[in-house]
Amino acid sequence: MEPWMQIKGACLTVTLPPEVDHPVSDRIRKESDKILADRYVSTMVFDFQNTTFMDSSGIGLLMGRYKVLGMRSKSIRAVNVGSHVEKLLRLAGVHKYIEICRQK
Amino acid sequence: MENTNEMTIIFDSRPVNEGLARVAAASFCTQLNPTLEEIADIKTAVSEAVTNCIIHGYEGKVHKIQMTCRLRGRELSVDVIDEGVGIADVEKAMEPLYTTKPEKDRSGMGFTFMEAFMDEIHVESQVGKGTAVHMKKTIRR
Repeated sequence: MEPWMQIKGACLTVTLPPEVDHPVSDRIRKESDKILADRYVSTMVFDFQNTTFMDSSGIGLLMGRYKVLGMRSKSIRAVNVGSHVEKLLRLAGVHKYIEICRQK
Repeated sequence: MENTNEMTIIFDSRPVNEGLARVAAASFCTQLNPTLEEIADIKTAVSEAVTNCIIHGYEGKVHKIQMTCRLRGRELSVDVIDEGVGIADVEKAMEPLYTTKPEKDRSGMGFTFMEAFMDEIHVESQVGKGTAVHMKKTIRR
């Protein structure tokens, strides 16, 4: 497992890098889907504490995992979200499906 | 005399160059002393335009992408041009959530973000010839 992915019980936490763009999202998707195929995961937490940049690839990453986890409410959480990322999530309407917790 | 400046870069349509393009555009406009939010907006818009060229325009094949940035007074314009497959229905492509590649987890929000983060966007495309995205943003500070 990559060092920025941690599994505790049925919760998989992904600590995202500073820039979440197309190549980064592809890599995280591949790595996390490998884990989802092997282990029972009911919740995924995306931690944006280090993230200052994101584009629509990140939206695709989150919504894609939401589908993989069966489109259940509260199956995906975005935590430590900064203002730029929050703006994107709200513009895309993702906040209707995914719980968003802002940076302190 | 009005403050003008121009830059053109041509690069391979490799995903790693998405970062290069957005950082180049952001560095180019720092002479206008933009806010951090304005820089993030520009970087996202450029990233969307270049990602579109790579994924949709050239469908993963490696060809050239041209980006031209211009400053005129407080206005930044960015043109992102490919010679890829082109878009048959630009209006449809620009609709929020519309994507031809949902299986690749594309969100269909690329053009929506470009529209939201820039003041103006204009898309010219011809099937089989390529696509040019023209964007403008006034740096307010």
